[in-house]
Amino acid sequence: MIVRWLSASLFFLALLAAWHLAVKAKIWSPLLLPSPLSVFDYLRSAVEDGTLWEAAAVTVRRLLIGYGLGILAGLPLGLLTASSRWSQDTIGVLALGLQTLPSVCWVPLALLWFGQTESAMLFVVVMGTLWSLILATDNGVRTIPPIYTRAARSMGSTGLHTWTHVVLPASLPFLLSGMKQGWAFAWRSLMAAEIFVTILTGFGLGHLLHYGRELNAMDQVVGIMFVIVVIGLAVDKTLFAPIERFLHRRWGTGRP
Amino acid sequence: MLTSEGPSANTASSKLVLEHISKSFQTSSLTVQALDDVTLHIAEGEFVCLVGPSGCGKSTLLNIIAGLDRPDRGLVQADGETIAGPGPHRLMMFQEAALFPWLTVLGNVLFGLKLSNGLTAAERQEKAEYFLELVGLKRFMHSNVHELSGGMKQRVALARALAPNPSVLLMDEPFGALDALTREQLYGDIQRIWSQHRKTIVFVTHNVREAVCLGDRVILFSPNPGRIREEFAIPLPRPRDINSVDLARYATEITRVLKGYVQQTEVAG
Repeated sequence: MIVRWLSASLFFLALLAAWHLAVKAKIWSPLLLPSPLSVFDYLRSAVEDGTLWEAAAVTVRRLLIGYGLGILAGLPLGLLTASSRWSQDTIGVLALGLQTLPSVCWVPLALLWFGQTESAMLFVVVMGTLWSLILATDNGVRTIPPIYTRAARSMGSTGLHTWTHVVLPASLPFLLSGMKQGWAFAWRSLMAAEIFVTILTGFGLGHLLHYGRELNAMDQVVGIMFVIVVIGLAVDKTLFAPIERFLHRRWGTGRP
Repeated sequence: MLTSEGPSANTASSKLVLEHISKSFQTSSLTVQALDDVTLHIAEGEFVCLVGPSGCGKSTLLNIIAGLDRPDRGLVQADGETIAGPGPHRLMMFQEAALFPWLTVLGNVLFGLKLSNGLTAAERQEKAEYFLELVGLKRFMHSNVHELSGGMKQRVALARALAPNPSVLLMDEPFGALDALTREQLYGDIQRIWSQHRKTIVFVTHNVREAVCLGDRVILFSPNPGRIREEFAIPLPRPRDINSVDLARYATEITRVLKGYVQQTEVAG
């Protein structure tokens, strides 16, 4: 365990060192490539004056609400497309098509429909998450060995009970990877929305990134990118990783 | 074999009545006649083995008894009532351990118990533990399914099928994927449990020796279309050892007859 930590830390230290050396070598203008130290300085000042916390809180709140709505709608719709031919041909095809649409494409529409409001942000996040969640759920349900449902039916399980006690738990590994993918898509969508749309109800990380670019403050741009990556990692390690470990232990899949 | 019209005279005393069952499947290119006019009566507490080459419809017949499939034509009754769907009185045990990997061993055994009414949580727990004890796996009750060997998985599947106290146990080549040694242990287990709990068992296999070792009666099926060709009573004393000479004699005879039918259908086909 210590060895793992050490070797990983070494890797990231080496990455930082390489970055630092690249700046020292003055290959690129410091306007284009800020030094690690200036990025650190920016982050420290942003933490101290509270802007970073505020922006992160706004962004994470939007993410969680949008992602939650996406799951709430995506799970049942995915179960539906997997269970009826008709909904597969309609909702399934719709999901397949819209999933290929980059979420930034929803931004103009969201602006026209909802104006510069919180709803526009949420709309873009939900549109970015929903379709891939429907597809992942649908795929998960279709991949379950039919023997599970047969065994359950033979024991007297029917209808809703079969869905909640057999189909859903059996497709959990697929649902989880679908939810991870959905989370990544939610991030992408929200950043697109925040970078392109300025709204008065909340100033998110995307806005900080956008204004960093406007002001030519590359330390701010890189600093915010760093924060986004760290939040993404933290969520993965605290939210998804424990569930994943549990599933691997139960199913006996994957490496410990 | 009974071929008379309508339910026959001894229907009343039969646990399971199957009369003139036909069933065909439509694949993308052809129609397969899985069962053609099959009639079979099984008495309460009887151990019946259905034997035949693959594709002779024996598993289809088992699914029909379980209520998982419906016949195209014919009458299926359990305890004098037409079988309309799956029920807790007829439980099925499958070839692959159809255990649920998202539940522990105990959770799997509890699954069927939770579906049968009128038991408190404590009673369910007690029953589950009793049946795990019966198959010798109580100390594995908190294990995950993937941690068990193939033979242990099928033991858990057996406990899961026995726990809701079905009167009929339907077994679809349950030992097909196991090694010979593990199978022999399970022959012992299943005979012991059968003599203690007196279930009606319908057991599908393509292994003639296995059928002779376990069955009161061995029913021989031939494929294309699936039909009952002959049946053999096995009056050997129990518990039976699969390696005994007497048993081998029966098995040899039945195998000879079976080969005859398979060659016939191959020539005809």
